[in-house]
Amino acid sequence: MLRMWRVGLLSGLALAAAPAHAFIAYVSNEKSNTVSVIDTDSWTVTKTIKVGQRPRGIDFTRDGKFVMVAVGDDDTIQMIDAKTQGVVDSLPSGPDPELFAQDAAGKILYVANENDNTVTVIDLEKRARLGDIQVGVEPEGMTISPDGKTLINTSETTNMAHFIDTSSRQIVANVLVDARPRFAEFKHDASEVWVSSEIGGTVSIIDPGKHEVIGKVNFEIPGLRKEAIQPVGIGMTKDDKTAFVALGPANRIAVVDVASRKVTKYLLVGQRVWHMAFTPDEKYLLTTNGVSNDVSVIDVAAQKVIKTIQVGELPWGIAIAP
Amino acid sequence: MIRWLAGLIGFGLAATSALAAEPALIGVGYLGVAGTRSTLSLVEQPAENDGVAGARLAIEDNNTTGRFLGQRFVLEERRIREGEDVVQAATALAEKNSFIITDLPADALLKVSDALRDRGALLFNAGAIDERLREADCRANVIHTAPTRAMLADALGQYLVWKKWSRWLLVVGSHDEDRLFADALRRTATRFGAKIVQEKTFEDKGGARRTDSGVTLIQRQMPVFTQGAPAYDVLVAADESEVFGAYLPYRTWDPRPVAGSAGLVPRSWDAAQDQWGAIQMQNRFMKLNSRRMTALDMQAWTAARMIGEATSRTNSGDVKKVTDFIKGPDFSVAAFKGTRLTLRDWNLQLRQPILLVDGRMVVSVSPQEGFLHQVSELDTLGYDRPESKCKLK
Repeated sequence: MLRMWRVGLLSGLALAAAPAHAFIAYVSNEKSNTVSVIDTDSWTVTKTIKVGQRPRGIDFTRDGKFVMVAVGDDDTIQMIDAKTQGVVDSLPSGPDPELFAQDAAGKILYVANENDNTVTVIDLEKRARLGDIQVGVEPEGMTISPDGKTLINTSETTNMAHFIDTSSRQIVANVLVDARPRFAEFKHDASEVWVSSEIGGTVSIIDPGKHEVIGKVNFEIPGLRKEAIQPVGIGMTKDDKTAFVALGPANRIAVVDVASRKVTKYLLVGQRVWHMAFTPDEKYLLTTNGVSNDVSVIDVAAQKVIKTIQVGELPWGIAIAP
Repeated sequence: MIRWLAGLIGFGLAATSALAAEPALIGVGYLGVAGTRSTLSLVEQPAENDGVAGARLAIEDNNTTGRFLGQRFVLEERRIREGEDVVQAATALAEKNSFIITDLPADALLKVSDALRDRGALLFNAGAIDERLREADCRANVIHTAPTRAMLADALGQYLVWKKWSRWLLVVGSHDEDRLFADALRRTATRFGAKIVQEKTFEDKGGARRTDSGVTLIQRQMPVFTQGAPAYDVLVAADESEVFGAYLPYRTWDPRPVAGSAGLVPRSWDAAQDQWGAIQMQNRFMKLNSRRMTALDMQAWTAARMIGEATSRTNSGDVKKVTDFIKGPDFSVAAFKGTRLTLRDWNLQLRQPILLVDGRMVVSVSPQEGFLHQVSELDTLGYDRPESKCKLK
């Protein structure tokens, strides 16, 4: 019996070591102050890294060497060495950093600081603060246009998407969206920006040239009250054909046809689904489920949930090694 | 000199490109009563700026947004002293402010509402929880951000029933508002299937709330007062007047939890609330006011934010436009309670989740799971449309 078990374990390990397409996902656990490391081959947590207080926004540096994680209650962004999987440095953000975006070269980092209505600009090489941009109340969502010229920040209580010129660092336009905008995502062809509104219950689609809302994605789930539908994270496939929208306490990911802006399917995931990340081959989409403390794995082509992985408490953000 | 001029012109250009014109001024008044009421607990003693401090924060929030829209909000505060005419004060305040947030007793609010009706000013009742202001005495120019007694009682009752604490010992104070809260609690018990096994009245015989050796006496009085009650699960106290409620926890004859005006208390907001992004709001409030945020602060914040929300959506400070939008079907406001808050169009009461708090923690948030409603689960709290006696005029 023992031997059988050992054999099973060994073969499991052998599978995990197989080269196939193994990626590594990092999940920030807001409540347990940790980052869970997931191996996408074995779909298991291989390590839990202790970080600062209230880790939320998480992403890799462009060179793949570091994982940056915003630890809001410590007013900083910590850098995890992807090799040693330990915290090695921190970045000078403003108070209560939540989400951040970096330019294409990976040289400049823009950080939304929820507590003081600013976006902080950081030089990633020198790890020094370059300046601040005043935005609306409770800045959160951050994204950069594919050409790197426009930074978009959403502010939760001001209910706007602020369009910021990255060269002058000035706001060039403010677009009102529905209540509590949480996340912004550019289409890869740069023709549209999608902004989710948690309390408004919609995704606004903005024309980045005209700075106007040109459409909205609405959600309706039979048997579920409207208030429970709270869109947060957005993921878009590289061909810009399909978008996935996390609906928070509705415990579902909406699959949206980008062209028609209509939901084609709702995938039941864990409780209070928040953010998501694709594996680089786009075979899988991983979502963080805050209340059930797990990560759901979606087979992108089949549009099916195939796996659930237990992580720390209140998983919030997720990043996958490039 | 030339360089200075050039700089000035440059500045002028920058300013004009950012904002087309001078920002539109939007005046918001705050009308309250001077002085603070006494509470049994020193910790709960309200600050002088209770309420208006919340409005001030919302005005800051509105102005941050207003920078992008060419709107500027100004708050004017007025406190009525004893003997002063509230209508006169309100009329003076309405000169510059089309929107007035009030923390007034019901009768005073009605006087102000009637006096300002023709002027078109919009009032936000942030303080009065009286049912009648949303029922027989409702007014078309008064929006209520304060919850009602029935909403508070239902929020508590749903939790007690969910907890299967369905046998209540009801202790009622001897003042009018205590009796009104007791009425609401009785209605709740009937609606949700709880049983009031006995009712007791605690007479207010006067006396000081602060004494040098109060604890000794209270420790003897309270067990005796609650002795000999029929079997019950929870003591529910109706003591808005702050005469005895806070003396009950840990001192009942039978070891039972206390709820209502002490123990587990239903409130629109609490300093311990940190869910749904509330921590940002709590931090901002603390930074601005150097104290923690109360329910009244939140009710005033919500009122001022509703104004800001409507002025930004309509891109206008015009009171008629803003009022129509707030009363219209598309209006909602986010207030850190996990769901959008909307108005009950039949009586202009803001729908809202109610927190159940114990002074240190948020224990639960109502409506509780399983209390269903065909329109909004928030309408399981308080009087619903079919029961309403309100005819807006």
